[in-house]
Amino acid sequence: MSVSHYPAVSFDQTVRRHTLSVIVDNEPGVLSRIAGLFSGRGYNIESLTVSETEAEKHISRITIVTSGSEKIIDQIKNHLDRLVPVHRVVDLTLQGESIERELALLKVVGKGDHRMEALRLATAFGARTIDATVTSFVFELTGATDDIERFIKVLGPCGLAEVSRTGIAAMARGSEVM
Amino acid sequence: MSEMMTGAEMVVRALRDQNVEHLFGYPGGAVLPIYDALFQQDFVKHILVRQEGGAVHSAEGYARSSGKVGVVLVTSGPGATNAVTGLTDALMDSIPLVCITGQVPTHLIGSDAFQECDTVGITRSCTKHNYLVKRIEDLPRILHEAFYVASNGRPGPVVIDIPKDIQFAKGVYSRPKDNQHKTYRPTVKGDLSKIKAAIDLMSKAKRPVFYTGGGVINAGPHASALLRELVHLTGFPCTSTLMGLGAFPAADKQWLGMLGMHGTYEANLAMHGCDVMINIGARFDDRITGRIDAFSPGSRKIHVDIDPSSINKNVKVEIPIVGDCAHVLEDMVRLWRELSPQVDKPALKSWWGQINEWRGRNSLGFQNSDTIIKPQHAVQRLYELTKGRDTYVTTEVGQHQMWAAQYFHFEEPNRWMTSGGLGTMGYGLPAAIGVQLAHPKALVIDIAGEASILMNIQEMSTALQYRLPVKIFILNNEYMGMVRQWQELLHGGRYSSSYSEALPDFVKLAEAYGSHGIRCSDPAKLDDAIMEMIETPRAVIFDCVVAKEENCFPMIPSGKAHNEMILNDFTGDTKTVIDAKGRELV
Ligand SMILES: Cc1cc2nc3c(=O)[nH]c(=O)nc-3n(C[C@H](O)[C@H](O)[C@H](O)COP(=O)(O)OP(=O)(O)OC[C@H]3O[C@@H](n4cnc5c(N)ncnc54)[C@H](O)[C@@H]3O)c2cc1C
Ligand SMILES: Cc1ncc(C[n+]2csc(CCOP(=O)(O)OP(=O)(O)O)c2C)c(N)n1
Ligand SMILES: [Mg+2]
Repeated sequence: MSVSHYPAVSFDQTVRRHTLSVIVDNEPGVLSRIAGLFSGRGYNIESLTVSETEAEKHISRITIVTSGSEKIIDQIKNHLDRLVPVHRVVDLTLQGESIERELALLKVVGKGDHRMEALRLATAFGARTIDATVTSFVFELTGATDDIERFIKVLGPCGLAEVSRTGIAAMARGSEVM
Repeated sequence: MSEMMTGAEMVVRALRDQNVEHLFGYPGGAVLPIYDALFQQDFVKHILVRQEGGAVHSAEGYARSSGKVGVVLVTSGPGATNAVTGLTDALMDSIPLVCITGQVPTHLIGSDAFQECDTVGITRSCTKHNYLVKRIEDLPRILHEAFYVASNGRPGPVVIDIPKDIQFAKGVYSRPKDNQHKTYRPTVKGDLSKIKAAIDLMSKAKRPVFYTGGGVINAGPHASALLRELVHLTGFPCTSTLMGLGAFPAADKQWLGMLGMHGTYEANLAMHGCDVMINIGARFDDRITGRIDAFSPGSRKIHVDIDPSSINKNVKVEIPIVGDCAHVLEDMVRLWRELSPQVDKPALKSWWGQINEWRGRNSLGFQNSDTIIKPQHAVQRLYELTKGRDTYVTTEVGQHQMWAAQYFHFEEPNRWMTSGGLGTMGYGLPAAIGVQLAHPKALVIDIAGEASILMNIQEMSTALQYRLPVKIFILNNEYMGMVRQWQELLHGGRYSSSYSEALPDFVKLAEAYGSHGIRCSDPAKLDDAIMEMIETPRAVIFDCVVAKEENCFPMIPSGKAHNEMILNDFTGDTKTVIDAKGRELV
């Protein structure tokens, strides 16, 4: 939200969610440079995922989910692009439908009916059971953010005790490469 | 040519290879090896400042007046933290700097070692880029890359943090062959189709105005020459921001004076009423736009800027052109000549008629006095008496800065050094020292306020050591005048802590620093006193005692539009011109 009492009338204020893929040199400090850019200029980060993708070239791919008006999203992209270690910034949202996945680990603790219900739900959602004791399960689910959120919601009453999520990895559909 | 040497020697060699003749610095434990390497050569001259903040501002003045990269060397911990204000200042004003900081040895990093601080962490957001060197193999590349990054694209400060063990370590030095960077490659050539669209829009304009800025200065003297050519070819009026003064000559008929909060009536009204605005290297700063929703409501805008993030940041423009001012101006001049478009002569004539009417308001006019020196008059006399000399002006921050911008006129770029974006009091004296080193024979004047000058007064000692004849011209109103003015306008005239209490005797202070002191409070003696200052071959502190409660007008009060300026002949109540919402703004 802009705090100025002078609305910038000429800009479209509709807030949209965008997924950005950023290819960077995997050098020390690159992540804090990006995180600092977002906090310093008051932009939102909804999800941030980083991993080295080409080890020999020291290249990492960062996936950022953010939201803002068209003007803010353009500013974010321009600011990212002018950082020295950034190779490329691609707005997957503008490229048409992209594939977005995240992974969640979910621990359910309990006995009796709850336990059976949790297992049934896991099967229905296509989650894998990767750990089980007599009083607990750990499920793994990979999917779009919405799927994961739905799964978390339904598991809640079944003794869901702990959640760990990776953040989003994203890629454009089709033969186009970054 | 590859050679074995220590990290410290690499630093000095790289500076030499980058043709760095002056280095501003202050020693300490974590940079002793570099100081030792400096001691053993005489190409790079080290200028010992009295506080690291002074080193950075000196380097800024040096850079801005010469077009070179300014270079700084400071120690770890307090040396680095003292440099932070200057680095932020350089980032805001797009000044190319390389600042080398010492760091504790690599194996001690993170242990709260003596004089350790997280320099790259602290300076990440106030530099264009920064490096912590962890391997001697990386040092030669980083040293040269830093110069490339500082000076290419939108210029800015770059920090290289070098742990002490790396300074002692031996490695192979070679100067990288290509001066390119693998990821950082700013666009310098503008998109020709956009430039064509801009020329087309300009040729149809009825009420055009050139709004030029610091980007033209950054692009080098050639860009200023091209700007003049284009403005003359088109016959359009031209104004500039504080940072762009000198790119277009103040004596030119097409010059409207500076625009913005303290700009002229004609410049601001031309911006407000234009139908085509041609922004060359300016960033729609809030001191320019005032109230955004009322800013130049009827115009279509062209914006030339090397930094895509400056475009559509504050103001939406129809024709954005990403590129270097010099390249884009060259294309514009060429296309304009090729097409020699039929401009709308009657419309332009009536536009100039309107502008001349606004000029007739004489918005820089002021009530002079023959009993007390008016600050505006003092700057006017300073300007008249230094005309025709090889003069460079720096300033501190406050009313005197604005009066300098309004009444001292510049015909050439790189002659005017001021802290615009950050507004750092204490900038002017060290900056003047940097300018004087770059231009030893020139007349270098810091137009100062009595409060600001005390922020880096210790640099008088630097001026003495290197025999730099800088002139400090203090408009002494015994107030933090700019603060007092805002308190008058916004806070009912309650002058909370803005009176300059317990000032030193500036004449004695000058003498204590081995320089010459002059005091003048009589308008009749002002010219002689100024001449005495100019003719003194040493540093001078001139205590010019001026009217205490003079306001700096014209002024667009915060929260108002360009057509709601207050002028010098304002007769209403200054205490009620700004509304509650305007008070929230800075
Ligand atoms: C007390 C006070 C009062 C002030 N009042 C005023 C006032 O009344 N009027 C005023 O004008 N200012 C005023 N200022 C200064 C103001 O705060 C800004 O610093 C100034 O307006 C910015 O100038 P600029 O737009 O030219 O931008 P700069 O800060 O000089 O930025 C330059 C722009 O050009 C771009 N650029 C850089 N290099 C190139 C290149 N080679 N090619 C193309 N583009 C390039 C950059 O990306 C940037 O967008 C005041 C400051 C203070 C401290
Ligand atoms: C480092 C710093 N601190 C505070 C300010 C806020 N400030 C802006 S102008 C000003 C007063 C300057 O007084 P003086 O140097 O006497 O100049 P004058 O306005 O009287 O000409 C102050 C305190 C600033 N710009 N920089
Ligand atoms: Mg003062």
